Amino acid sequence: MLELALGIILGGCAVGAGLAMIAGVGPGIGEGNAVAKACEAIGRQPECKGDVTSTMITGCIIAETTGLYGLVIAILLIFVAPRQFVNVLMETLAK
Amino acid sequence: MSTKSRRFMAVDILLLVLAILPLVAVMVLKILTAPPAEGISITGAQVYFTLDTPIQPLPITEAQVNSVAVIITIFFLCLYLTHGISATPVTKRQLITEWIVEKCRNMVKENMGDYFSGFAPFIAAIMGLSALSSLLSLLGLFPPTSDLNIVAGWSILVFSLITYYKFKAGPVHYLKSYAEPVPFLAPMNIISEIATPVSMAFRHYGNILSGSIISVLIAAALGGLSQIVLGWLPGILGEFPFLRIGIPAVLSLYFDIFSSLLQAFIFATLTMMYISGGFPQSEFEARRARRQAKKVAKIQASKEKLKNRS
Repeated sequence: MLELALGIILGGCAVGAGLAMIAGVGPGIGEGNAVAKACEAIGRQPECKGDVTSTMITGCIIAETTGLYGLVIAILLIFVAPRQFVNVLMETLAK
Repeated sequence: MSTKSRRFMAVDILLLVLAILPLVAVMVLKILTAPPAEGISITGAQVYFTLDTPIQPLPITEAQVNSVAVIITIFFLCLYLTHGISATPVTKRQLITEWIVEKCRNMVKENMGDYFSGFAPFIAAIMGLSALSSLLSLLGLFPPTSDLNIVAGWSILVFSLITYYKFKAGPVHYLKSYAEPVPFLAPMNIISEIATPVSMAFRHYGNILSGSIISVLIAAALGGLSQIVLGWLPGILGEFPFLRIGIPAVLSLYFDIFSSLLQAFIFATLTMMYISGGFPQSEFEARRARRQAKKVAKIQASKEKLKNRS
């Protein structure tokens, strides 16, 4: 029974980490759009390349935030969560 | 003349040595205290010792020690760069220093406006600290920015600055800004207020940490791959991971150097944007003008009183 519980904990953490990384889809599409538009703008007006690039980088960074939330959740689920969940399980079993 | 220049040289060398010494000390500390590693493992910052405080035991970790070392290094580097500065530049060092200062001032002025031009040293400090902390991974040390606690500390500092400047135009205006556009949305506004430092900290920490995790994973994968491909070689040649030579360095170029410098720039840019964006300039000026008018009216009134009395 303990093996089953441990398996569910570890498997759940791994599946959850994988699902959390779906958050990477949105920023990928959004940043792709931003860079495409920036390329168009530079092609139209090559003299304002510096301004366009710095504005684009700032926008990309803001758009990246949601993806990074997903990444942090995935990292926590893989490296931190299993140990804590197993500790909780052991404490409940010891009672 | 020669004695003076010799003394100048001696101070120069002393400052450089003092700048490099903390990094060397941290490296020696790491080599002495690192636990024997079996294979490749991904762990957080190593805890050196734990302080007993009345509230809670306070662990002193690698991240804190490394960030203090970086602070000392930056301090002595600044002393070295500004040593022997004169009104007419004679050394290359002074030209470099002036270039850095000029760039920082221009950037702050462009992004924050004239009112905040005094912010240049703070922004430069945050940028230099962040960049050098992340670049520590080039020396094989634990970069303090891949520990959430360090970066969260910086973002709390930035958050308190943002709140201070929002508060500056008057407490009523600050509280009113939560009830916009309708009072019903106040909880959302509070959440978005708290999300600012959280997202700043997570962005910096997530980028640096994910870079180091990917580097470690690729190093492990290359070790396994070279054992499959070149494992048939006799003796120790078969066990040596040849594919690990050189290939991770290309990735390190992106993850360690480019990403670190970009994240430092981003943290500074966001700091500037949030602080200058949260400051209600027109409201602040209107309030100041009202106060000035009140003061002038008071003086006028007292003058008239004096006139009447006489």
